[in-house]
Amino acid sequence: MELTGAEILIRCLQEEQVEYVFGYPGGAVLFIYDALFQQDKVKHVLVRHEQAAVHAADGYARSSDRVGVALVTSGPGLTNAVTGIATAYMDSTPMVVISGQVPTGAIGEDAFQEVDAVGITRPCVKHNFLVKDAKDIAPTIKKAFYLAKSGRPGPVLVDIPKDVSNQKASFEYPASVNIRSYHPAGKGDSGQIRRAAQMLLQARRPMIYAGGGVVLSDASAQLISLVRLLNFPCTNTLMGLGGFPASDKHFVGMLGMHGTYEANMAMQHCDVLLAVGARFDDRVIGNVEHFAEVPRKIIHIDIDPSSIAKRVKVDLPIVGDVKLVLDELLDVLRNSTPDAAAMAVWWQQVDEWRAAGGKMRYKNSAEIIKPQFVIEKLHEITGGDAFITTDVGQHQMWAAQYYKFDQPRRWITSGGLGTMGFGLPAAMGVQMVNPGATVACVTGEGSIQMNIQELSTCKQFHLPIKVILLNNGYLGMVRQWQEFFHGNRYSETYMNALPDFVRLAEAYGHVGMRIEKPADVEPALKEAFARKHDLVFMDFKTDPTENVYPMVPGGRGLSEIILAEEL
Amino acid sequence: MRHIISLLMENEAGALSRVAGLFSARGYNIESLSVAPTEDPTLSRMTIVTSGSDAVIEQINKQLNKLVDVAALIDLSEGEHLERELMLVKVRAEGDAREELKRMADTFRGRIIDETDRTCTIELTGSCAELDSLLEKIGRDLILETVRTGASGIGRGERILKL
Repeated sequence: MELTGAEILIRCLQEEQVEYVFGYPGGAVLFIYDALFQQDKVKHVLVRHEQAAVHAADGYARSSDRVGVALVTSGPGLTNAVTGIATAYMDSTPMVVISGQVPTGAIGEDAFQEVDAVGITRPCVKHNFLVKDAKDIAPTIKKAFYLAKSGRPGPVLVDIPKDVSNQKASFEYPASVNIRSYHPAGKGDSGQIRRAAQMLLQARRPMIYAGGGVVLSDASAQLISLVRLLNFPCTNTLMGLGGFPASDKHFVGMLGMHGTYEANMAMQHCDVLLAVGARFDDRVIGNVEHFAEVPRKIIHIDIDPSSIAKRVKVDLPIVGDVKLVLDELLDVLRNSTPDAAAMAVWWQQVDEWRAAGGKMRYKNSAEIIKPQFVIEKLHEITGGDAFITTDVGQHQMWAAQYYKFDQPRRWITSGGLGTMGFGLPAAMGVQMVNPGATVACVTGEGSIQMNIQELSTCKQFHLPIKVILLNNGYLGMVRQWQEFFHGNRYSETYMNALPDFVRLAEAYGHVGMRIEKPADVEPALKEAFARKHDLVFMDFKTDPTENVYPMVPGGRGLSEIILAEEL
Repeated sequence: MRHIISLLMENEAGALSRVAGLFSARGYNIESLSVAPTEDPTLSRMTIVTSGSDAVIEQINKQLNKLVDVAALIDLSEGEHLERELMLVKVRAEGDAREELKRMADTFRGRIIDETDRTCTIELTGSCAELDSLLEKIGRDLILETVRTGASGIGRGERILKL
């Protein structure tokens, strides 16, 4: 029996066990929406802006091990989605984005709502397709899901012209997929892994630096075993938080621009560095020359060869899936232990840094709410067990520093692209795939306004997200840089005429709370989280002068870290 | 250093723009690029001449390999290889200059493929350096048009790039 392209597409999504599609209808996807309407296996979440559809699919994927799916129309639908796609690309989220396109005959004629979707998204997708015939839909969708999820994950765009979605073809979903030009890495090279084991055992000042690859590869258990077996200090990147439990004594905190003193110092002074699924990002190691001044051996495990030796010289590359490589490394290392005396000396040094790093603690106040205090209380009241999404800026760094993640996939943040407006829609995706879970979106008054319309989506789908707005009245991170590096000239970082967020939340049908005193923080959080079925929008009026410490200024080395009281 | 990279890619719409886009997005140099289908019409062979430090060249190779449409890749300059480029050059050829031009083309083993009273078009295949050298000999004053394909490269002997 022949089906229309739209029906084929929906059947493909069913075959891929897609539970939710986040999207927004429009002219070019009318047939697809019609096919969606006539079945009930694939559910659709109607967002209020296409960017939010993609972020929601992103949050959905990051907080589960599934592929996120978004559906948008041609032209502005697609261009609105681009920020979400670029966000997913930078953070390697497995995602399939389906966009409508003008009919094939109109392509290239500057038709209404026409944009070159494949061209526009090319630099920010893992791969993309323009489907020109309905019979190609099924194999293309099969490939898209396979590409999105395998190897280094990423977003894949499938652009479907309107006439193709209405063209008839026979449907058969391919059982397997083979792309002759695509061979994602699997196991690592055994010789390299044995050499890595030796290098690790000979280390006197070892350090394990683990990134988002551990989370993506579901390799936390392996990482924990490795760290405990070797008794090495371990740090996480922003993307890697939760990949190693923050409460473990081997954990020295997040590293990088706003990382802990101990993590950055250990990173800078170690003699053997094991990088696992991390990419030596500029926000992580700061100045490359400064980083390279220290003679240390670097072992780098990554599924993407192009991440290896991109910014720093690597002594021992291991290309492979982090989980498989760590499994094999653990096998090789079984029954061996590093030099205990050397480790004792190294740990003494790390603990000294840790003690000194304790200075990064903020000074609490009885008069004004400190943003860090809110996050600490949030951690306490949610038992450290919530899914936390964020936007981008100071609140993001405080959430990363003060919410101690013990499990992977609980920390959902835009690390690579740094997309303001990510938090609320991402939280929607998280809540959809984790229906009973506690989900909080930590945000700022700048960021939340970039996708605040999604409060309406939350109402429609009864998503009991808790919005933790750290409202300091400033675009705080930019203000901080202006304070440090631009002579306190706060150019355009003060937002006049902020809305009354409590009334705004109420207007959308939610519960709004304003918290202005430190003493009210805890009771308010308790009350909000007790409301299991309501979205509660909490507007915390926080100290506008608070800065994020420690800080490694841009372009400087990790040991040039500024601690709080030095200023 | 100058490198000549050869690759096989899916002969699909947009594949070329993925490669070209990669070079511009990441700020890599591209001296020349030539591409055409192979004996297998589903595959295109591309030759890219680029330059950069060893680290940059390593990244270029890795980033190209990462493109889903790229099926196989070889950095020809890492081993024995042959490199040829085709050039068509149209020259003002009047009076005595015409004979001189013909001698020059002969020396370079070029062919005259078109002649009019006032012009003469030479076809020359050779290394990029040989082509440069002929152009220099003719001199810019006489050259009316130059068309070059960019280099095509192939490994020597058993050095084969095939799927």
